Amino acid sequence: MDWLPGAASSYAAELDTIFWVILAVTGIVLVGVQVTLVYFLVKYRGREGRRASYVEGSTKAEVIWTVIPAVLIVGIAVASQRVWSQVKNPDRFPADALELNVEARQFAWSITYPGPDGELGTEDDFTRYNEMRVPVNRPVVFNMTSADVVHSFFVPAFRIKQDAVPGLNTRAWFEATEVGEYELACAELCGVAHGLMKGKVVVLPQDEFEGWLAGLGE
Amino acid sequence: MATVEAMAAPLAHGHHEEMSFVRKYIFSTDHKIIGIQFLFASLAFLALGGVLAIMLRWQLGFPGEAMPGVGVVAPKFYNALVTMHGTFMVFFAVMPLLVGVYANYLIPLKIGAPDMAFPRLNMLSFWIFVQSGIVMTASLFVEGGAPGAGWTAYAPLSAVPQYTGVSLGQQLWIISIVLFGASSLLGSVNYITTVINMRAPGMTLFRMPLSIWALFITAIIALLAVPILAAAVILLFFDQTLGTTFFLPADGGQPLLWQHLFWFFGHPEVYILILPAMGIISDVIANGSRKPVFGYHSMVLAIIAIAFLGWITWGHHMFQSGMNPLLGTSFMISTMAIAIPSAIKVFNWLGTMWRGNLRFHTPMLFAIGFVSLFTIGGLSGIFMASNSVDIFIHDTYFIVAHIHYVLFGGSLMAIFAAIYFWFPKMFGRMMNEAWGKIHFALTFIFYNLTFFPMHILGMGGHMRRIYDPTQYEFLQPYQPLNKFITISAILLFVAQLPLIANFFWSLFRGKKAEANPWRDNGLEWTVASPPPHGNFAVTPIVYRGPYEFSSPEVEEDYLPQDVPLNGEREVVGAGVGEE
Ligand code: HEM
Ligand SMILES: [Cu+2]
Ligand SMILES: [Cu+2]
Repeated sequence: MDWLPGAASSYAAELDTIFWVILAVTGIVLVGVQVTLVYFLVKYRGREGRRASYVEGSTKAEVIWTVIPAVLIVGIAVASQRVWSQVKNPDRFPADALELNVEARQFAWSITYPGPDGELGTEDDFTRYNEMRVPVNRPVVFNMTSADVVHSFFVPAFRIKQDAVPGLNTRAWFEATEVGEYELACAELCGVAHGLMKGKVVVLPQDEFEGWLAGLGE
Repeated sequence: MATVEAMAAPLAHGHHEEMSFVRKYIFSTDHKIIGIQFLFASLAFLALGGVLAIMLRWQLGFPGEAMPGVGVVAPKFYNALVTMHGTFMVFFAVMPLLVGVYANYLIPLKIGAPDMAFPRLNMLSFWIFVQSGIVMTASLFVEGGAPGAGWTAYAPLSAVPQYTGVSLGQQLWIISIVLFGASSLLGSVNYITTVINMRAPGMTLFRMPLSIWALFITAIIALLAVPILAAAVILLFFDQTLGTTFFLPADGGQPLLWQHLFWFFGHPEVYILILPAMGIISDVIANGSRKPVFGYHSMVLAIIAIAFLGWITWGHHMFQSGMNPLLGTSFMISTMAIAIPSAIKVFNWLGTMWRGNLRFHTPMLFAIGFVSLFTIGGLSGIFMASNSVDIFIHDTYFIVAHIHYVLFGGSLMAIFAAIYFWFPKMFGRMMNEAWGKIHFALTFIFYNLTFFPMHILGMGGHMRRIYDPTQYEFLQPYQPLNKFITISAILLFVAQLPLIANFFWSLFRGKKAEANPWRDNGLEWTVASPPPHGNFAVTPIVYRGPYEFSSPEVEEDYLPQDVPLNGEREVVGAGVGEE
């Protein structure tokens, strides 16, 4: 059992790196604070006849412990922003992606494929439920909406999460990097069967996927 | 060298008016009684919230198995448990415990006032709170079941009865929140006015204890934030019952509008839940360390900074909601910024203990627990503040871990510290120290065993608010951990029995408390335990700040705010101790 689920999308590794960097930075701060705390508790434990030092503070200390966290945080923010804009900025979505439509509803996912002509919104589009088939190593952009309440499209292995909101078209993308089957979950409380609103993403070799698409999903 | 004892004024015994039981204990306008009423009411809700938590944890640890005495938890009931646990804990336990109980009890006593500015409004505030609690509790039992849209009540789920199968329950939830808002507003107006207008001579703003600073700033936040929630839930009510579409996609409505309104209230709300706790902890740590609070002024500034920044960070709850990703950037920056004053506070608490002469009384133990656990909660906030890491951990158990480290490890630990610290003042008797320490040790251990592993679940991608994790293949390896968490949670619940027993036993049998059992400096300790109606026989005069512990000017290691040192008494007649 890994700490983070096995990574299977193009940006998963970068996102994980930020996770681990933050864990390292906060981990050091955490250990520092807890060790200092315990050390003080032992060292300055009350004893008869001792008197606490009458110290009211230190401007120098305040400046130090304002500036250091500020610097660390700016670093984390800058690193985070890079990946954020790569994943979520619509202007930077990959070109030549496969485009799909996703509609969430209580309690299922419907995925509409462009069919053999590769164009959505044409006669040969077809729809499948709770199973999203995609080619490996090719970006997939999907237009998502919801028919009823807010849902959230979550594939842990891809590190993708995007809410599906009724009345809104939320776009998201991923590029699967390994052939296989991955679980798709709804991450936003959406009603009685929220916990059962699951599906899967099947990543196929590219030619196999093309064949499947040309055969209208047969 | 001077001694405090020689110079302190003799204990005041206020005028006793004879009042009927009902006037004195039920429809009382005395801020102390109202504080105590809030204490009993919100502790009852805390227990109820705890019971709901154990039931939902049971389902996660032992999915589909019958819970002894309850039976199998059905999916719809599970959603109700999640919703009502959050609702009771946030609105009916932690918030009233801090703001209802300790703002009421402490503000007049600590600033040297006879009562609140508006005692009748204060009584009204409590009784409206009771009504809102009754309505909320009723929503558990009505036809159609209890609300199941989460404590965040996201629309359209909460707005259209067909989506949850709940209609009356959700409407009662809304009505209760509106009443709650009214109660909270009356309280806030009162606290703000009292702090501004009724401070004793010499009690300048920068001589106020940090608990009072925090409660004061919190009241301002609440005054501004709670009406937003009230307005939002009223619109939600219209959507539910009148067919309007404020939060529905039809006719120009906007589901995301609900989220913006809710979190524009909700993020300031979380500071309502933590700032008073931070203030209380500062008082207790100074007392337990026998040292002035390190960096008093920067502590006050940090409270104010948090209160300001708290208004511009709400979007961090909505990174994945479909709002413009550019906003995801700005909300990350503001959220990261708020971690700085939080860090400053932690360092200043450590600074306060540094070179102290620590006394590990029960309140101090809980305060130390607070510092340790709040640090974890604050640091986990940074993971989620990172917009890109949040893509993965949003709506997972990582969030659940964070919430509980700040709200249980933080706020509730501070509440426990406060209960033990001010119990003698409230009830005139001491709580049992040994049992207090046992309560602390068990709570600290089982707390961590329950909530720390939730970080690991979150890292594994474990969604929150799901009924049965074993439905997902990738979550099956985590089932033993889920079981472990559930068992720890049950033990954590059981670990509260010493508190309950100690509380009630001490109420009747505890050792009689003297006026100042903790050797503290605050004005509340200069009057009898419990203080008489009207608090102070003579208006106290304040000569210094509240944290003059181990001052070189006196032999004792404390120096109450109202004790004049040689020569000061005369000066005061003219300048009233102003700095
Ligand atoms: C260092 C300071 C803090 C930071 C940076 C921070 C950051 C965050 C972020 C980014 C989220 C949203 C995560 C998500 O849903 O994906 C969050 C959620 C939350 N935080 Fe904090 N937080 C901090 C302190 C606090 C404090 C002091 C409290 C309360 C006492 C608190 C209570 C909560 C609650 C209740 C939620 C979850 C609400 C829900 O979705 O049910 N946080 N926090
Ligand atoms: Cu869903
Ligand atoms: Cu927030």
